[in-house]
Amino acid sequence: MDPNNIIVLAIIATSVATFISRFFGALTSEKVSVKSKTFQWFNCVAYSTLAALLGRMIVFPAGVLADSELIIRLIVLITCVVIFIISKKNLVLPTLFSAIFLSVLMHL
Amino acid sequence: MINSKIFLQGLKSNLGTRSPTVSLAACFIALGALLKDAGFNLQQSAASSFFTYALPGQLVMAESLLIGTSLINIFIAVWLVNFRLYPMTVSLFPLLKHKSQPKWKYYLSSHFLAVSSWLVAKEGYQKIDKKYRIDFWIGIGIGTWSTAVIMTIIGYLLSEYLNKDMMIGLAIVNPVYFFCMMIGAMKNISISIAVIGGTILGPIVYLFSAEWAILYAGLIAGTIAFLFGDKNGSK
Repeated sequence: MDPNNIIVLAIIATSVATFISRFFGALTSEKVSVKSKTFQWFNCVAYSTLAALLGRMIVFPAGVLADSELIIRLIVLITCVVIFIISKKNLVLPTLFSAIFLSVLMHL
Repeated sequence: MINSKIFLQGLKSNLGTRSPTVSLAACFIALGALLKDAGFNLQQSAASSFFTYALPGQLVMAESLLIGTSLINIFIAVWLVNFRLYPMTVSLFPLLKHKSQPKWKYYLSSHFLAVSSWLVAKEGYQKIDKKYRIDFWIGIGIGTWSTAVIMTIIGYLLSEYLNKDMMIGLAIVNPVYFFCMMIGAMKNISISIAVIGGTILGPIVYLFSAEWAILYAGLIAGTIAFLFGDKNGSK
């Protein structure tokens, strides 16, 4: 198959695979009350699923991040979380700092 | 049809020191450059962010294409990595529900659901009148979604000027930003257990089942957090 067609089909497959979860989430939401235990459970699962993804991204990253060492990624993450807390939850500071700090540590 | 004042309020949530814009920009610039490496043209790269708008799934797609994975395997891998969007939608949309609002707004705007928009909406929805919360959400979503598409294009165009160190620097911004936001969201015991449990279990389960790791870890840690919160009267 023409590589261009494969890319187009991959974009379609990826978009459909992603929208399914969003759309069925919107459909399920119609039947879920904010005060219900079902809602509380979904809320906990949403946070933990997201945390699981982030934990995996730091420990077993995909893409270019895999070229940095785990200990360096952990040092950057912990330092940035500390900056976030002491800067009264400013999010721009730790995110900008993370890119610069990682580059510096990789060249030491 | 859409309350423009509330819509703009949502759009403006993407600015300021708590906004996800810097992080989104960084990771979609990196994605644009990666898609160019994977053989995408400019239109295809923009279309990927326009129609998918979910970074981990797009990364899986690009990497799968590079190693020649079949389309059905790409579909399954992306579905598994993006399945988190299902519980995320169910934990947000009931908060935005109002009987006077048409259903199509909810169905279409579910496309804007991503980690950044979800966390911004979770933080800001209480300030908005229940009737117009969906318009607030659409404002947030349009802001984050358009940022993602524009930055993918910029990343694609800048790819020649981005060396490997810069790409690694851009790639760390995303998990750091989201970790900080999640820590900011740990306001009760069940959410705290969910976040800490998920962070620990995600990489551990990955050792046994790479594809199912996020789903299993999320279900286990989330259910433990829910049961603990339920037993201890946490909201």
